[in-house]
Amino acid sequence: MWSRRSSRYRPDASGLEELRGRRREQESALRKARRQQQLVSKRLLREDSLVNGDGQAGVDIAAEPLSEQEILQLLRDVQRGTEERKTLLSRLRQGLQQKETQQKFVRLEGSMRVLIGLFTSSLANIQMEAARCLHELSHSSDPTVAEACLPATSYLLTYLSGHSVEFTELCLYTLGNLAVESDAVRKQLLPQGIIPALASCIQSPHVAVLEGLGYVLSQLLQAREAPTKIIPLVLDSVLPQHMLRLVSSNLELGMGVAVEFSWCLHYIVCSHVNNMLLISQGIVSTLVLLLLELASMMSKAVTEGLELLICPLLRCLSNLLAEDETEGCKVQIQDERLLVALFLFMQYFLQQHPFLVQECLWLLNNLTADESIFCSAVLTLDLIPALLQLLPCSRMVTLLALTVLCNIAEKGPAYCHQLHQKAVLPSLLSTLALSDGQVVGQSLELLHLLLLHLPEAADDFLSQAGLQALEQHQDNPQLQERVRALRETYLQPAAASPISRASASAAVLPSS
Amino acid sequence: MLLPPELSVSLRVERPLLPVRPRTPPRAPFCFSPSRLRFHRQHEFFEDGDIHRHLYLQDILTNVTEVTERSKVSEFCCHIVGCCQVFDTLEGYEHHYNTLHRNMCSFCKRSFPSGHLLDTHILEWHDSLFQIMAEKQNMYQCLVEGCAEKFKSSKDRKDHLVKVHLYPSDFRFDKPKKAKSSTKHSKPPSKLDVSMPMDVNVETYEQLQVDSMEICPSESMENPTQPVSGPISSLQEKKLYKSRIPSTVCFGQGASRGFKSMKKKV
Repeated sequence: MWSRRSSRYRPDASGLEELRGRRREQESALRKARRQQQLVSKRLLREDSLVNGDGQAGVDIAAEPLSEQEILQLLRDVQRGTEERKTLLSRLRQGLQQKETQQKFVRLEGSMRVLIGLFTSSLANIQMEAARCLHELSHSSDPTVAEACLPATSYLLTYLSGHSVEFTELCLYTLGNLAVESDAVRKQLLPQGIIPALASCIQSPHVAVLEGLGYVLSQLLQAREAPTKIIPLVLDSVLPQHMLRLVSSNLELGMGVAVEFSWCLHYIVCSHVNNMLLISQGIVSTLVLLLLELASMMSKAVTEGLELLICPLLRCLSNLLAEDETEGCKVQIQDERLLVALFLFMQYFLQQHPFLVQECLWLLNNLTADESIFCSAVLTLDLIPALLQLLPCSRMVTLLALTVLCNIAEKGPAYCHQLHQKAVLPSLLSTLALSDGQVVGQSLELLHLLLLHLPEAADDFLSQAGLQALEQHQDNPQLQERVRALRETYLQPAAASPISRASASAAVLPSS
Repeated sequence: MLLPPELSVSLRVERPLLPVRPRTPPRAPFCFSPSRLRFHRQHEFFEDGDIHRHLYLQDILTNVTEVTERSKVSEFCCHIVGCCQVFDTLEGYEHHYNTLHRNMCSFCKRSFPSGHLLDTHILEWHDSLFQIMAEKQNMYQCLVEGCAEKFKSSKDRKDHLVKVHLYPSDFRFDKPKKAKSSTKHSKPPSKLDVSMPMDVNVETYEQLQVDSMEICPSESMENPTQPVSGPISSLQEKKLYKSRIPSTVCFGQGASRGFKSMKKKV
């Protein structure tokens, strides 16, 4: 079938270093595009096994770009039906793998009409080859080339209700590529009925079709105008309930499907259009159960690419937990196993995909912020040491881990007592020694909560040279007030003051 | 990162909740108060994950090539009577069948890309009640799935398709019959003038290709003698087709052709 991974990047002994360099380049280009809010990607389907009659692999030959005359001649020959028409079209398709030829092709008057004529013919093999030509054009990095494909969209959509898996897949990836080209394309796709077309196509039993469909949908949902123009239409259709079904069904077979639809869900949820609807359709329990299942898969062999699925799922759940209380839809999760799942993910991905750790901590924060059941569980499951080990990681991870610790400490003396027993203070002292103002600020907040609820911790803090650690920051304008307050209220050498003792014991009373 | 060894065992154990102190607002200069965070799609927090996703989309994340060889089978023929296309892969046959035979009108042998378009065609072309009903109410259904609008004539529908749905005015599956010139039977494709400019070529080509799928009942009624050709396609197919029924032979309303002893609803 179609190979998702272009064989150009298949590493042989010499190509590996080149591959890495290529990836670094690509990555920095993507980061730049994202900062400019122009992060778009296209997918290329190419048949690896397309070996031509002359024995050359379809992908590897870097043929000379076709001249305008040659293109013209090819088109005429195809129309006249001389020779094997399919072979001629294949030659055109190979030519269209090159930008230069693409540009020449779309500039030729009438060329697109001919191609669409072939694409809509009832000759199966001609139609397929023409579809591949269109796909090559849709993948072009030149916007004028992709926009020249606009007249084909009504047909591409019509063919989505067809029954050939490979052909439908090709149409889907072509549509997905075109959808990110410009809002002009989307302004045409929407009235042409792309949402209803996808809504009926999503009932297909074929994994390849479903993955392609998820790709199209995720491309549409990333559009800048999606929250106002596209997401309401999607939510109004049957798509959401199918997305929820597909994201969790058949994980082993259809990991690619689950990946696409989980990103779709993420784009919808973070746009905050009507999350109540998704909640009423059971998205929260679906996500929780799926994350638990994925966590249980971590111990087994195949984990490659799992982060692509876990990441959007974590994001959905985190954002859903942060839904406004005022809208009457406070999301509640009580399943402690989720906590275990999160720590298993962090342990597993810490080395290879550290970005996932901060996504996990974000969810951990949203879980522990209000639910004491999770704070309690972090302590009783003895997960504090693991959390403390994360402190020296990246800045964002440090901040989030400190925030989670604050969430726990804020719950009261019983929690602070446990934190103190798990040796939070030495770790806190090391974050106090850092130079980042925000990290130190959050450390001071944690220290304050600990001392507020557990004044006797002051002795330990002082004995571990805590005062010296604080003094480093007493001249920092953002920190000095808090440093002074801590010193004056809790860290007087004459042991704890009677006031704080009284307030602390008063604080214990209501809960006991 | 080291997790406690008994962690997974503790999944099912009920634990008592530690007592919680009621929440009090933070006292200045301290400001921490637990809150659930929400990030918007463009937030920089998402940058790393988004980049990872796009590297995956652009296929440079992994370097595994999944090549599944297409199973070759010994050559076989399409089993539909009157079609003798030969295939050496099941996929090729499948696509051929879906394109040409799956949504084929059993009355006039036209093929349609979807069941929806076939249903519309049968209703408008071959349902005798349709014309009667169409005089009283709007019967021409919009071709776009998900649009429930109906129209008085196919022309009104076409205007709607172009205006509301931004369809091309020459949408192939809803094309005026008169576009088909009578030259198409007398002028096989091989005789096309090579020196013709591109757009002329295109027109001729389209006429040759379109007819198997277009639907346009209203105009066809005006011209009942117009033969309706079945899919004329590869030379192979065409030859066989011609040997069966001369393309000029036609009976009735232009809708049915010949004696349909071989007609098979598929």
